[in-house]
Amino acid sequence: MAKANMSPTKNPMPEQEPLVRNKNFEEVALGYTPEMAMDEATRCLQCKKPLCVSGCPVNVRIPEFIAKVAAGEFEEAYQIVTSTNSLPAVCGRVCPQENQCEGKCIRGVKAESVGIGRLERFVADWHAAHAGEDAVVEKPQPNGHKVAVVGSGPAGLTCAGDLARMGYDVTVYELFHKAGGVLVYGIPEFRLPKAIVAREVAGLEKLGVKVVTDAVIGQAISVDELLKEEGFDAVFLGSGAGLPRFLGIPGESLLGVYSANEFLTRINLMKAYRDDYDTPIKHHKRVAVVGAGNVAMDAARCAKRLGAEKVYIVYRRGMEEVPARKEEVHHAMEEEVEFQLLTNPVEVLGDEGGHVIGIKCIKMELGEPDEKGRRRPKAIPGSEFVLPVDAMIDALGTSPNPLLRMTTEGLEANAHGCLIADENGKTTREGVYAGGDAVTGAATVILAMGAGKKAAAAIDEYIKAKA
Amino acid sequence: MFPIVSKRPLNAAGTVIEYVLKAPLVAKKCLPGQFVILRLDEYGERVPLTIADYDREAGTVTIMVQPVGQTTRMLEKMEVGDALADVVGPMGKATKIGGQKRVCVVGGGVGCAISYPVAKGFFEAGIEVDMVAGFRSKDIVILEDEMRAHTTNLYICTDDGSYGEKCFGNAKLEQLIKSGREYDEVFIVGPLKMMKFTALTTKPYGIKTICSLCPIMIDASGMCGGCRVTVGGETKFACVDGPEFDGHTVDWDELIARNSFYAGEEAKQMEHICRITGGVRHG
Repeated sequence: MAKANMSPTKNPMPEQEPLVRNKNFEEVALGYTPEMAMDEATRCLQCKKPLCVSGCPVNVRIPEFIAKVAAGEFEEAYQIVTSTNSLPAVCGRVCPQENQCEGKCIRGVKAESVGIGRLERFVADWHAAHAGEDAVVEKPQPNGHKVAVVGSGPAGLTCAGDLARMGYDVTVYELFHKAGGVLVYGIPEFRLPKAIVAREVAGLEKLGVKVVTDAVIGQAISVDELLKEEGFDAVFLGSGAGLPRFLGIPGESLLGVYSANEFLTRINLMKAYRDDYDTPIKHHKRVAVVGAGNVAMDAARCAKRLGAEKVYIVYRRGMEEVPARKEEVHHAMEEEVEFQLLTNPVEVLGDEGGHVIGIKCIKMELGEPDEKGRRRPKAIPGSEFVLPVDAMIDALGTSPNPLLRMTTEGLEANAHGCLIADENGKTTREGVYAGGDAVTGAATVILAMGAGKKAAAAIDEYIKAKA
Repeated sequence: MFPIVSKRPLNAAGTVIEYVLKAPLVAKKCLPGQFVILRLDEYGERVPLTIADYDREAGTVTIMVQPVGQTTRMLEKMEVGDALADVVGPMGKATKIGGQKRVCVVGGGVGCAISYPVAKGFFEAGIEVDMVAGFRSKDIVILEDEMRAHTTNLYICTDDGSYGEKCFGNAKLEQLIKSGREYDEVFIVGPLKMMKFTALTTKPYGIKTICSLCPIMIDASGMCGGCRVTVGGETKFACVDGPEFDGHTVDWDELIARNSFYAGEEAKQMEHICRITGGVRHG
């Protein structure tokens, strides 16, 4: 390999101009060209003990695939990535790389890390554009065992893909009319085009995975019936964390208060922003999004794209504590989303017709660290003020949906409603495994994928031991 | 896809239409009080509708629709042989049937399509069922034979007196209560204002009163929170905690306001309904 490229910064990602893109739903980041990718790949030092791999929840063989990119062997690079990651086009776009692979990159100590996420995305997109839909998929030899996967989000799709590659007959059940879970209802088109999710799902179907949409497990079919009547040897629950939290302050039933789930589902799954789709959405003028995670950034940027003049992120802690990916915060700011930090809503105010006209907020200051080490915010007495808005979107996190635990005997959950599972996804009910947000509460796509992967291995062991 | 197996108008005026839909997964398990979400096609919205009847062997469910909104008006144009993109369910909790000796079921207009399966459920469980079915006028009366066959007593009333007794449903209910009928429970389905006032009727008598609500919702699995209603001061999600709640503690005015939130958008969409020919959309 040629001498490493010692440029201190990543090749910049080509992007739509901020004030153009904040009026459309097209993808923000446009992706590297082959030249940019090859140049970026030469920034990798090819460490003997690559820390980046240990930082990846699905252990992508990062230096190996990057070496192939540097050599211009993109298809080979793709094959290396997909040997451990079944959704590279998704991960390259939505993973919080700065806390994972790139956070461990040795180049990042003194300057910018290698753009691992951008390279992963490049490789996946290159494959999709060049291998085409005719690419022959070798179907694995069937092993005669059936596994049901409940939920078609990142955990479920990963688990299904891994099991199908081992020869299992896998059926994925999805409640919505489209597969993808949070990848289709939550993450907006401009960050993750839905065609990419559809392509990943189609890839699994080529492997032999059956996807059944419009199926409410827990209501139409119980987990017990899957095991006892439908002939599945094991069940994986990747049902996510769908239940939205509200602040619990006065005025949250006023017209113009949404959960981020509702606002984003209308836009992403139901395509309410498009004239040719029936689902309605309000085009509010001044919007406050409460919370500062990735979901909050997504909601704020959607509100802007629907034509809002002012969009605020209202967050009770400071910029250092903002939990969203750095890139999302940066993009939101570029798109003129304003940050009201150290600010906490105390009451939503409405007019006579019950429509939101503002939020009474109080200023906060950071006090002593809590048990997680984050400084605890506390209200500054007498600092109340009114933020004039006509909509409030609560992006405060979500809890697991209670449907499955209420209808499955022996399936236990903790006080937060999260399913109890060991590190391999084994639940308290024999033959039932779980992973992703259903177990952890709201987290990231890649952690859910890691959990799906581990559970697939555990399910394989369980079924082999039983057989 | 979910084919339409049969379609028929339920009254002379054609204001309510019955559809039997092939939806085996729903038909296998559904119970009175539960609902489905349907979506007409790729461009359609997700709309909740109560399951009026089902046939487990045939794998079909019956819905009864009053074409008033955009989706229901487009559904009106669909015929036997056409198919809906999605019918998903059963959603929500089933009606609590059992333990009651005598109940009164009150249906208002198209609400009778929702209260009928509940009345039938009570009746088949051996519970005495009085049913008060209120309509505006004779030409929009639905399900008379079905209701009569599955209730102990059926009382039809019309606002204009053109059929049955000339009175409102809540007046008839109060008359029955005053005449000495003892009900363990009153079950009400109809327009929101009708439910609000009928629930007020039973309150002074301290009779347990259940109302079936149908707020705006998307997923119907507890995910969007759009269907939240305040019941007894607590926030409930109609899709998973309901759809049936104590009519005496529902915050009706809040629910009425929330349900009309998208009225403006819907009116605009309706102007575009000319896009549609024969229920098939040319996107």
